[in-house]
Amino acid sequence: MSERRLRVDPIACTAHGLCAELLPELIDLDEWGYPVLTAPVPRRLAAAAARAVANCPTLALRLERT
Amino acid sequence: MIGPQQEATLAGVARLLSAPTEHGPGLAAHRAHFGPLPAPGEAGLIDPVTRSGLRGRGGAGFPTGRKIAAVAAAGGRPVVVANGCAGEPVSGKDHVLLELAPHLVLDGALAVATSLGADEVLLCVHRGDPIAPSLRVAVAERGEEGRAARLVEIPGRYAASEESALVNFINTGTARPTAKPPRPYERGVGGRPTMIANVETLAHVALVARYGADWFRAVGTADSPGTTLVTVGGAVAYPGVLEVALGTTLGEILELAGGRTGPVGALLVGGLGGGWLPAEPGAAVRLDHADLRKAGAALGVGTVLAMPAGVCGVTETARIASYLAAESARQCGPCMFGLPAVAADLWSLSGAAGDPMTIMRRLRRRLGLLPGRGACGHPDGFARFVRGALDTFADDFRGHAHGRPCPGDGRAWLRLPASGDSTPAGWR
Ligand SMILES: Cc1cc2nc3c(=O)[nH]c(=O)nc-3n(C[C@H](O)[C@H](O)[C@H](O)COP(=O)(O)O)c2cc1C
Ligand code: SF4
Ligand code: SF4
Repeated sequence: MSERRLRVDPIACTAHGLCAELLPELIDLDEWGYPVLTAPVPRRLAAAAARAVANCPTLALRLERT
Repeated sequence: MIGPQQEATLAGVARLLSAPTEHGPGLAAHRAHFGPLPAPGEAGLIDPVTRSGLRGRGGAGFPTGRKIAAVAAAGGRPVVVANGCAGEPVSGKDHVLLELAPHLVLDGALAVATSLGADEVLLCVHRGDPIAPSLRVAVAERGEEGRAARLVEIPGRYAASEESALVNFINTGTARPTAKPPRPYERGVGGRPTMIANVETLAHVALVARYGADWFRAVGTADSPGTTLVTVGGAVAYPGVLEVALGTTLGEILELAGGRTGPVGALLVGGLGGGWLPAEPGAAVRLDHADLRKAGAALGVGTVLAMPAGVCGVTETARIASYLAAESARQCGPCMFGLPAVAADLWSLSGAAGDPMTIMRRLRRRLGLLPGRGACGHPDGFARFVRGALDTFADDFRGHAHGRPCPGDGRAWLRLPASGDSTPAGWR
């Protein structure tokens, strides 16, 4: 079965931290405000994850199928 | 000719470095010694290189046959890039190889290019490298072989020779790593699938193309077959570059370099992105990817440096960590902030500034948040290096924590280059 995981482009990410606000269940911020991701994304959080991805101001966050 | 059987001598096993030096590194002498490069058969190089078990010599040890196959599968007309930057300041092996056997490297690059249908071969070295002029001559000697081979000079920064940084430099003029995907084998130079290999890896490919996979596997271990170049340094009688069979123990390698010149405290194996091992039992560990991983180090770029007992492991680790932190390309937050923060923690422990337990806890937490969080492997190598130091120098770290007088004699040991220009201009 294919699973979905979050991935951040660390060069594009500018530590806005918005993703962690929208998806605190799966995204933590480190002491400098950069996201620490928990993978994979469970089905019940798929919609919230998609919303976090869509709202990242630098398009750094992606949802990948593995 | 070294023929299908190579001489095994006390001085290691000479394959890449088997040509007599008195005839020089020119093309005629090279062909007289190694024989002509056979055209890859119907099936190309993927099968023999895969069966040979050759793993990349640029640090990560990725199976070379699989990489060629991935480039072939990506479709389009690929490009071949030979990485001769030797970005690890403690490694000398790529230099020695390019000086003594440049045509073996070019053989490998051209053979891979023929096999993949690539029409462009790029050989990368650091800008201003003194071997650049002679490499330009060697490249020109191969001019008639129908492929545009050319030398590319890369800014001399540690992370500038990471594979996506090479591609970025060739495409845009800035030698900073880029985010993956895409990986260079999918989309690299000019947007084309790009086969990037270390120069030593390509030299081994040139021998596999001539003598075959079984010949290649006749020495080495099942996990890590063949010979490898090693840079031996520190407290040994004859520091330098040797060729040895993989599977040789670290202690045997020190013996081949003339033996220890005094008591050795620790071994730094695999370059700065590799790891530390205590001299005992480290000397018994074999040069082999799996064995070194298990021991907490990495084969990396095949360096074995013997640190004299009496050098403080804590301060030495802090020095090297500061160098690596300054070499960050400063694009990814976890790398640009995390590396200097860990280096600062190490200096605090070394100078007994602050509560050691608090600092150690913070340092371990910060280390845990490095691997996999940068666009390139720099933070991962850094974390492995520091973690190995915490284990290897556990006594020294405890001593500093308890305010015991440092057993070190205040000497700075490893010679490190000055860090490069970290403004954007330094990457162009
Ligand atoms: C920070 C960093 C620096 C690197 N520098 C070099 C280098 O100087 N030479 C090299 O061959 N590989 C270097 N590499 C590894 C390359 O990215 C790449 O994996 C390698 O050239 C592939 O060759 P191989 O498969 O033959 O090992 C570096 C990697 C990292 C993360
Ligand atoms: S929202 Fe985007 S830019 Fe902000 S921290 Fe998350 S991934 Fe980084
Ligand atoms: S991880 Fe560090 S060295 Fe690698 S690209 Fe990011 S900032 Fe540069």
